[in-house]
Amino acid sequence: MSEESVAILILWALVFAYSILGSIDFGTGFWGMVYAEHKTMAGKLANRYLSPTWEVTNTLLVFVVVAFIGFFPKAAYTLATVMFVPVTLILFLVAIRSTFMVFSYSLAGYERLLRIVSGITGLLIPALLITVLPVTEGAFVSTQGGKEVLLYSKLFSSPALYAYMLFGLTSELFLSALFLADFAREQGSEETYRVYRRNAIFIGPFTLVTAVVALVSTGPETRWLLQNLAGEIPWFALSLGLFVLGYASLWWNNRAHGSLGWPRIAVLAIIGQYAFASYAYGKAHLPYIVHPDLTVKTAFTTEATFYSLLILYAVGIAILLPGFIFFWNLFLKDRSFIRDGKE
Amino acid sequence: MNTVTLSRAFFGTSLAFHIIFATLGIGLSLMIFISEMLYHWRKDTDYAVMAKRWTKAFAILLGVAIPTGTIVGVQLALLWPGFTKIVGQVISVPFQIEIFAFFLEALFMSIYVYAADRLTPFLRLLSLFFVMLGATASAVLITSANTWMNTPAGFSMKQDGSIYDVNPWEAFFNPSFFTGSFHVVITAYLAGAGTIAAVAGWKLLKRNEKTAQEIAYHKKGLVLGLVVTLVTGLLMGMSGHASAVNLYDHTPEKLAAAEGLFETQSYAPLAIGGFVDANTHEVRYGIEIPWALSILAAFKPSAVVQGLNDFPIETWPPFYTHTFFNLMVFAGTLMIAISGLGLAYWYFIHRKRGKQFPKWLLWATVALGPLGFIGIETGWIFSCSGRQPWTIYQFQTTAQAATKADFVGPLFFLFIVLYVFLGALTVIVLRVFFRRHPLTADLATDGGKRS
Ligand code: HDD
Ligand code: HEM
Ligand code: HEM
Repeated sequence: MSEESVAILILWALVFAYSILGSIDFGTGFWGMVYAEHKTMAGKLANRYLSPTWEVTNTLLVFVVVAFIGFFPKAAYTLATVMFVPVTLILFLVAIRSTFMVFSYSLAGYERLLRIVSGITGLLIPALLITVLPVTEGAFVSTQGGKEVLLYSKLFSSPALYAYMLFGLTSELFLSALFLADFAREQGSEETYRVYRRNAIFIGPFTLVTAVVALVSTGPETRWLLQNLAGEIPWFALSLGLFVLGYASLWWNNRAHGSLGWPRIAVLAIIGQYAFASYAYGKAHLPYIVHPDLTVKTAFTTEATFYSLLILYAVGIAILLPGFIFFWNLFLKDRSFIRDGKE
Repeated sequence: MNTVTLSRAFFGTSLAFHIIFATLGIGLSLMIFISEMLYHWRKDTDYAVMAKRWTKAFAILLGVAIPTGTIVGVQLALLWPGFTKIVGQVISVPFQIEIFAFFLEALFMSIYVYAADRLTPFLRLLSLFFVMLGATASAVLITSANTWMNTPAGFSMKQDGSIYDVNPWEAFFNPSFFTGSFHVVITAYLAGAGTIAAVAGWKLLKRNEKTAQEIAYHKKGLVLGLVVTLVTGLLMGMSGHASAVNLYDHTPEKLAAAEGLFETQSYAPLAIGGFVDANTHEVRYGIEIPWALSILAAFKPSAVVQGLNDFPIETWPPFYTHTFFNLMVFAGTLMIAISGLGLAYWYFIHRKRGKQFPKWLLWATVALGPLGFIGIETGWIFSCSGRQPWTIYQFQTTAQAATKADFVGPLFFLFIVLYVFLGALTVIVLRVFFRRHPLTADLATDGGKRS
């Protein structure tokens, strides 16, 4: 594999990891708002997950940015110029969201405010984040007087933008509902599980529809992408298969819990579904990072930097992995909270 | 204002806001670690209470440090895309390691804050140690990038701006890396310790309203704050001096601007205070100490110090850097003096003769808090503005680095509103929190060590 391929693969893995964790994070914020006063543990469970984890998820976001700059600095140049406004707005929302998250944890009595803030920002941030996809497809960028600009009026009047946003939102809600269903089961709260299972069942099919609409509605500029996507049919078939498997598993009889569904299987299958689909999308997107000017080759960093980053990744992950495992066991496997809740 | 100026103002404002919280995060993590150690060593539960209460403040401040850090991190790319292009090719290593440091701090901070009751004492101390390590490492790493901008190394550049011959580690360990990061870390500890001393001094000013137990607690906090302020203050002087020598060796025009020195000369004087007159090219209303600059920069009075006239006028840093440099040194000198005096009073007069701290001395310790931050802010403005017109010294000008995007102005305004709002909110949250959790309650349960 060439150096660029390794770099883009690592970047893809990071983006993928963030899109899953970020979806769960933002979606959980939304569910926390919706179920604030719910009779089950649904709202509490959502907050319970968010409190210790948002910081790690946020660091992953910065990781994606830094990795992008390190591997493809020239693409970072273009995207930073073109996406200046949307990304700055994302930063604004992220700042408000994180601050409220911490402050309301420290000040009991303001949970309602937190839930509203994290619920609303939980919808807005992903909707803004996903606009980067149609932009990299090349449909909304033009070069005027030697500088690249985003064509705002074209972007906002394009149905593709809204289809992408809907795709982002439905995915976020689907993934987080599934995750919370599994988390509820893990924590032993069957009625909370049922709440999230129902949501996941309802939203699941919409993710497929919006994904297809988003891809086909962008316009003539992205015909190159559609042609490439057609070459990746096997991957998409695999992805669809995993969706069917995961979706179906929500109805399988589960004797141990005396109810329907195997949420752990569903979560893993759906993550697999997204992995294959986004891999295929990424593959079809190549060699372009931003169509049509920037390819992985022209945007690539220097060789020496590439290799030192590679070594750093190996060393850094080896050092941090035990910390992550400790963290995971401490917070996600711990059931003391359901016990406390029932007291 | 044009886009370049707007970008500079925007970025400078974001950073100035971020470092208040980031620096407190670094300084407080050290103080928390020390007080946990003191608790285990002395078995004095007051120190456990301190660690607990400071951690609460720390967690609240981190709630602003992390999102504002995210802002500056991404804005580095957004506002300076030209710079980012070179950063990505040459100096991405420290940024990357910094991510790992953030993970370290984030993981163990969550563990320490949200699961403290489930940890053994050893694991608590270990988590704290990692938090401190992560925070300090963040400072070292970001400073590596900044020192590289001041003294770039580890690459070559062609006429057309393309980069070759890259050595990332040489860039990382650039000529001012050690002096710069040492100074930054020490001054972060200094500012943190100064803040602790300031809060304790403030509480002791209102001693009439307090119980004997509370007064004893605040005194321990005061002494601990003063000791760390003095120790780090002395180290700060040494490291600051090393930074100045480094300027003499590598970026002489920055030193010349800091001192308002125009003529290259031996036996160069040190100019304190005053301002640089742009017309007459001399320092007005300042105090000149003969020979001092030559001695400071090169250890001998006959050393030649280059003046600004040796450099093309387009590459002169702005003259106001003289004032920022003076303010930083002034803050540092005062902090050493106050903490030294406070400790001397405590040891010779309070302990030996049982006299209370006088009001003026307590007010002086209160000043340690703001002084630390004056030092931090003016120091950074000096360092970044003193590099002008360069973003990467002698390789890239600020205008080449800046974004060409539209709407920089309106978004800058939006963020000013955000920072004012977040700053005010932080103060309110801290006050409400500590009013709801009074010290007496924590002292009664010994900070949860006994209940
Ligand atoms: C509490 C804060 C504080 C205090 C009291 C001091 N400094 Fe400082 N100084 C900093 C905080 C700081 C800083 C914020 O950490 C800077 C900004 C950039 C950097 O590398 O460190 C800095 C930069 C900085 C530089 C510029 C380095 C560069 O641009 O390459 C010099 C020459 C000094 N300092 C020297 C001193 C001296 C001689 C001091 C007093 C005796 C002093 N500083 C006190
Ligand atoms: C002297 C200056 C600075 C110091 C001492 C400093 C230190 C810190 C500290 C202690 C944190 C909290 C770490 C955590 O718990 O995650 C932080 C956060 C952060 N800082 Fe700064 N910082 C400085 C300047 C900068 C600059 C210039 C940038 C970017 C170019 C930056 C980028 C960040 C980012 C991205 C975060 C958030 C990380 C996260 O999401 O966890 N910082 N900084
Ligand atoms: C943390 C405290 C810092 C503060 C308060 C600060 C302040 C400033 C200010 C005021 C400017 C505008 C300069 C001018 O207009 O004269 C500036 C520029 C800049 N700073 Fe810093 N800075 C800090 C740290 C850093 C660090 C750690 C980095 C890099 C890693 C950095 C990178 C830059 C860049 C890229 C610019 C824009 C280009 C330039 O003006 O040279 N700064 N900063």
